Amino acid sequence: MTATITGVTDREDTEPETTEPETTDPADAQPARTTDAAPTTPTRETRAGKATRRPARASAATTERHWKPKRSGGADPAGHLTPAQIDALGRELDALRDEVMATRGAADAAYIRRLITVQRGLELGSRLVLLGSKNKAAWVAGTLGLTAAKILENMEIGHNVMHGQWDWMRDPKIHSSSWEWDHAATAAMWKHSHNEVHHTYTNVVGRDNDLGYGILRVDADQKWHPAFLAQPIYNIVNAITFQYSIALYDLELGRHLKYRKRLSDQQKTDFVAGVRAVAAKTARHVARDYVVHPALSGTSWRSTAAANFTANLVRNLWTNTVIVCGHFPDGVETFAKASIRDETRGEWYLRQMLGSANISGPPAMHLATGNLSHQIEHHMFPDLPSNRYAEVAVRVREIFDRYDLPYVTGPLHTQYLSVWRKVIRYSLPNGAWEDLREQPVPTLRRGLSWLGAQVRGSRRHRA
Amino acid sequence: MSFLLGPPQTAPRPRALRRLGARALKVAEFLTTPLLPADYGSLIAPLHLSADLRGRLVERRRETADAATLLIRPGRGWRPHVPGQYIRIGVDVDGVRHWRAYSLTSRVGADDGLVAVTVKKIPDGVVSRHLVDEIEPGTLLMLDQAAGDFVLGPRAPRRALFLTAGSGITPVMGMLRNHPELTDVVVVHSAPTADDVVMGAELRALHDSGRIRLVERHTRVEGILDLRPDGASGDESDADAARTLDALVPDWRLRETWACGPTAMLDAAQERWDAAGLGVRLHTERFRPVVAATGDGGVVTFTRSGLDVDADGGAPILDSGEDAGVLMPSGCRMGICFGCVAPLREGSVRDLRTGEVTTASAGNGGGAVPIQTCVSAPAGACSIDL
Ligand SMILES: Cc1cc2nc3c(=O)[nH]c(=O)nc-3n(C[C@H](O)[C@H](O)[C@H](O)COP(=O)(O)OP(=O)(O)OC[C@H]3O[C@@H](n4cnc5c(N)ncnc54)[C@H](O)[C@@H]3O)c2cc1C
Ligand code: FES
Repeated sequence: MTATITGVTDREDTEPETTEPETTDPADAQPARTTDAAPTTPTRETRAGKATRRPARASAATTERHWKPKRSGGADPAGHLTPAQIDALGRELDALRDEVMATRGAADAAYIRRLITVQRGLELGSRLVLLGSKNKAAWVAGTLGLTAAKILENMEIGHNVMHGQWDWMRDPKIHSSSWEWDHAATAAMWKHSHNEVHHTYTNVVGRDNDLGYGILRVDADQKWHPAFLAQPIYNIVNAITFQYSIALYDLELGRHLKYRKRLSDQQKTDFVAGVRAVAAKTARHVARDYVVHPALSGTSWRSTAAANFTANLVRNLWTNTVIVCGHFPDGVETFAKASIRDETRGEWYLRQMLGSANISGPPAMHLATGNLSHQIEHHMFPDLPSNRYAEVAVRVREIFDRYDLPYVTGPLHTQYLSVWRKVIRYSLPNGAWEDLREQPVPTLRRGLSWLGAQVRGSRRHRA
Repeated sequence: MSFLLGPPQTAPRPRALRRLGARALKVAEFLTTPLLPADYGSLIAPLHLSADLRGRLVERRRETADAATLLIRPGRGWRPHVPGQYIRIGVDVDGVRHWRAYSLTSRVGADDGLVAVTVKKIPDGVVSRHLVDEIEPGTLLMLDQAAGDFVLGPRAPRRALFLTAGSGITPVMGMLRNHPELTDVVVVHSAPTADDVVMGAELRALHDSGRIRLVERHTRVEGILDLRPDGASGDESDADAARTLDALVPDWRLRETWACGPTAMLDAAQERWDAAGLGVRLHTERFRPVVAATGDGGVVTFTRSGLDVDADGGAPILDSGEDAGVLMPSGCRMGICFGCVAPLREGSVRDLRTGEVTTASAGNGGGAVPIQTCVSAPAGACSIDL
């Protein structure tokens, strides 16, 4: 099922760029390291000097704004800022980052170690309780515990460790280069597609694979295709199978299918190796959750398998919810590819600030989301330890206000509904939703002919 | 929980039991995927169920104003050391893991099962300050097996001379405590004052009991030990003459000698022994590399970590990489153990001890060159496969 989903569209199809030559080069279509001009990413102060995460580029001063309108038009959301103000913003945020980074210490290290201990204890304990899952209470307690453990493991621990947020501790057991997680996507491929592609090209239409994951149209500038009519269904399926969908995006299955004739031998080998790795990992996880653990449960085997299934499912739904709420709610900006060419440090920050959304809520909510409820702060400072986002958020918010920038945030249900509105609205061609509201379709026949007109219209547009 | 133990490293168990254990381990590995059983075990019983060697600090005992002895209980897998060897200790200071080498001073196979190191505080020393002043009993330490060849060797010499200064007494104390068969021993030890002599009370007791002859040099009043040949410094006063090696240990040529202390002292000793044609009878141990040459530095690219570090020409790549958060393999941190070797893919590095420059050009068909990151600094831009 997921294969069809990934095959439905391709980002290169959905976003033909007029200002740039259309990329059909297979080199651009494979998951190799991206080499073209990339924006500046934050640096780390070290005793020896500055350390920079690549891809990076020396940050020149902003002499002119590099923002370019998307095809659908629209004004620069930071149009009220002068280049000098944008540079000042960049400097201010760098200073804030350095200030917090310099105070990382024993308390932070204790935080992540405690969390890992709690998570592993919870997981082990829940699995033990589930050995007797025939008992209702044991099933409920074990399933709840295991779900919570899996969510913690994926979000507050896995995601953040693989971001390098804890690399400064130099603990080889808690390090981005060695971490592996309870997820179908292997750490290596996830780090590439998430850290390098998504975080570099945040919300750049046609560049950021996370923008609709290649199966959803969540922006007016993604080209419409009749297949999007069914995207409310894809959205649900995607959420249910989220860990596997992510693995497939990370493999860039869609692109590989499309360009399979033009891939080099190396690209094919890499792709096959990636598929093998995901298959092997999935096999081990399936064996754990649906064979070994149930087998050890003896007569409780059926309910233990069900408990594991439930935990995996809830974890998928939850992580999907958190992630779509981080980038798709109303008010979040997307950007044209041309905007990031020669983007300066200040502009890079601006794009992160305007291209993300927060979820408000109590501390438990922040923990459950892996602090991705502070998505804005996370995108501005991706390798800052997650336990520090809350304190940084207060300062960031003040900076947003001072520079008169919209800080998109709201409670979970508001953000989630807002995402759904987009999913439904953009399942139709641009403007069609508005047409529909003005002139509701009374009969099935008129409805079909209306749809036909839309499809024809989109074809014409394409030609 | 025996299945959590992993492959047996200790006493052999009956075969059937072992097979059962191996099978249980397989099942456990399935259950803990993507992690390993030890990743859970290390949280339950860190000393016994970790994959890596660990130790727990049992006591921190003050020796002098700036030195302390740490008594450590090593975990499963610890192998007895040879007196004079050192261990590496990994300790978290302000949340950051640091590894340093310390000579073992304890008795091999002591009844309480503890091992000991004695640490002397160095001004601005990150780890030594923490170990001497702050670390609390109960703290978990990362350990490595004992290593090093600053040892007596297969046969104890009939006559021995130990030439030490400061914390350099530690490996020697390790030998003295473990080799009662050494009876004709002279220890020449230098420290700023009598109070600064690390393990001074024990040394003096050994002297009083006749086990060793202890010559203390309190350098603040007596000046440093003069290792040059008599008369080499020209116009010598009586006092100067009295502090030469010949005056203090007239029969030094007959003694197998072990020296440990600051670079200048070791260099002078090496020169003297070599001049006397006795170089093979001198064994030295250095606690830090001799930095002879520095250059301009450059940007070090850590290819696998995806990090570029603008590094100083005087800073070992090991330090620069660690500071940037790269997981760097390391060992003695001073160029003797080769525990830090990494492939140099492109560019040049300078050996800080000799100034020698090594160049690699793997991209142009050449191979990557293994380098010791602890004694190499970038000589221009270079890339390391880490
Ligand atoms: C084989 C071996 C055995 C050792 N055994 C012992 C031992 O038994 N007891 C012990 O106290 N130390 C011993 N050391 C030294 C120890 O490993 C550390 O180097 C020392 O504790 C300093 O670490 P630090 O983190 O405090 O200093 P750092 O923070 O690494 O260094 C701070 C400053 O001090 C300088 N520095 C570093 N080391 C020394 C030194 N040894 N003398 C003078 N200045 C220095 C550095 O260049 C730097 O400028 C041994 C070293 C080796 C290689
Ligand atoms: S760490 Fe021992 S040689 Fe470099």
